[in-house]
Amino acid sequence: MPRFSPGRYAFSLLVALIFVFLLGPLLVIIWASFFADKILVFPPSGYTLNWFVRAWGMDEFADGFLLSLQVAAFATVISLALGVPAALAIERFSFPGRETIRQCLLSPMYVPAIVAGAAVYIYYIQVEILSGFQLASTFTGLVLAHSLIALPWTMRLVCASLVTANTTSEEAARSLGANAIQTFFLVTLPIIRPGIIASAMFSFIASFSDLEKSLFLIGPGKTTLPIAIVNYLEWSLDPTISAVATVQIFIIGAGLLISDRFVKLGKAF
Amino acid sequence: MSSVTLTNIRKNYGELAAVDNVSLEIREGELLALLGPSGCGKTTTLRMIAGFVAPTAGTIRFGDREVTTVPVHKRNVGMVFQGYALFPHLSVAKNIEFGLRVRSMDKERKAKRVAEMLRWVQLDSMADRSPRALSGGQQQRVALARAMAIEPDVLLLDEPFSALDAKLRAQLRKEIRDLQQDAGITSVFVTHDQEEAMAIADRIGVMNQGKLEQVGSAHDLYKRPASRFVAGFIGKCNLVEGRVTGEGRFETSNGRALRFSGTRALGPAALCFRPEHASLGEQVSPQANSLPVTIRSVTSLGPLTEFECVTDNGEILLVTAASGDVGLTPAAGKKLSLNWLLDESFVVE
Repeated sequence: MPRFSPGRYAFSLLVALIFVFLLGPLLVIIWASFFADKILVFPPSGYTLNWFVRAWGMDEFADGFLLSLQVAAFATVISLALGVPAALAIERFSFPGRETIRQCLLSPMYVPAIVAGAAVYIYYIQVEILSGFQLASTFTGLVLAHSLIALPWTMRLVCASLVTANTTSEEAARSLGANAIQTFFLVTLPIIRPGIIASAMFSFIASFSDLEKSLFLIGPGKTTLPIAIVNYLEWSLDPTISAVATVQIFIIGAGLLISDRFVKLGKAF
Repeated sequence: MSSVTLTNIRKNYGELAAVDNVSLEIREGELLALLGPSGCGKTTTLRMIAGFVAPTAGTIRFGDREVTTVPVHKRNVGMVFQGYALFPHLSVAKNIEFGLRVRSMDKERKAKRVAEMLRWVQLDSMADRSPRALSGGQQQRVALARAMAIEPDVLLLDEPFSALDAKLRAQLRKEIRDLQQDAGITSVFVTHDQEEAMAIADRIGVMNQGKLEQVGSAHDLYKRPASRFVAGFIGKCNLVEGRVTGEGRFETSNGRALRFSGTRALGPAALCFRPEHASLGEQVSPQANSLPVTIRSVTSLGPLTEFECVTDNGEILLVTAASGDVGLTPAAGKKLSLNWLLDESFVVE
């Protein structure tokens, strides 16, 4: 059989086109962030780094970036603190309602983001009406909502890790004389550590790139980076926005690459 | 090193008796196989000895020490799991060291013991490798070294050869046997493979549906099976239904008289003999048991030829003969006399 039959050639071409379609927009954005012209024209007259400087100088982008970073950091911590023990309990113990709880913890992933955003907002208002405790427009409220998006990722990734870790290693440890605590720290934890690291990365990314929940829950005068980008686009289309987008692409891209080193992401699903 | 004594061990899961009143003594230094089909309770029994499963009733002793309620990590058992369960995040040496680490042994003694174990299983050069880089046989040796490093009272093996291909199995089971004898450690291993059990175990405990049917050497089980199940499980067996009518006398269900050796209570039973002890001939042999049969089919199994025969009672009997001896092969349809020696006849219920 010839090495490059027509069918195979056509298939390779199709795959190449798909990659172009997927990566094209990203590559154009990154490229455009260096264009020298104020309006996006092609071909560009020259290249510059000014737009990055300008973006950083603009309050909404700088503040947005910092707030997104803070919220993502907190959301990641909460997602891990709740998600890792939950995954352990669900994978290693059996108790009534286990599968229901598992699905509940994974469910935020299935709800369309804008619906979830509205729902959480309404929920916060209800809580405020009933208890006087304000969550909408607060930092806490925002962090909690972001933790909600991040948690299913931790559940998915740590559960997948635990499944491959399998209980036999733990039984082996016990047969060799390790008690429950030693088994956890010496065997279980090292084996699921890649899953935990990947969960941290994914939680961070999920929170950082969220737009819909933040739109509802952000307080007056505050903004997250995705919101700042959307707002800017309403009025202008100059390379500043490309610069901001490029920064976000690189942060998230780096996060994904690091995660992939620890956990083969294909296995998480 | 201790003996292991199981007394009236029972394990119920709801209504089901997974292990039903098993009593067994595994002698010091012996290698005993728990043999039986899937679901017979052999793995549950092994896990009760290890301490992963608590018996519903009965006691377990290691020598004089009662261990029935002692948790796994305090029992001092060494276990080799199906699939070996090596710690993937640790090197070979660190895997072997694990049991010593949780016992807080000092560094020097640990290093010495690990080196000793590596030498014992002949994997000195693999000390720093990751378990992933090892072959199945090598992984098994590491699992064994790891289990033995802690100087356990008992060594337990759960279907240790099932993950390997036939040739490797034969080689490795001999290796394990040699290592076990060299260490002189009391060992129990679980298998569903009768050939394996017969090849390396000192004694075999045959289990069926939670019950221990018989314990004995391979030879004992083969020559004098205690039950219909054991007779059929260990090698092939022909069964002729009927009843014991007197001392050494048996009558088939259609009235033919046969004889057997040994004593048996009167009443319904089955007369058994092994296919390789039977022969087909033109005539009835007066010194032997005989039944008229018609050959149904002839199968060549390489060095052996197997004849499937039907008695006038509709029972199917098998005769195996060395292919070299068969000469002019009787064809299907031929009516002959199936003969077998009295000494090779035994009766089961």
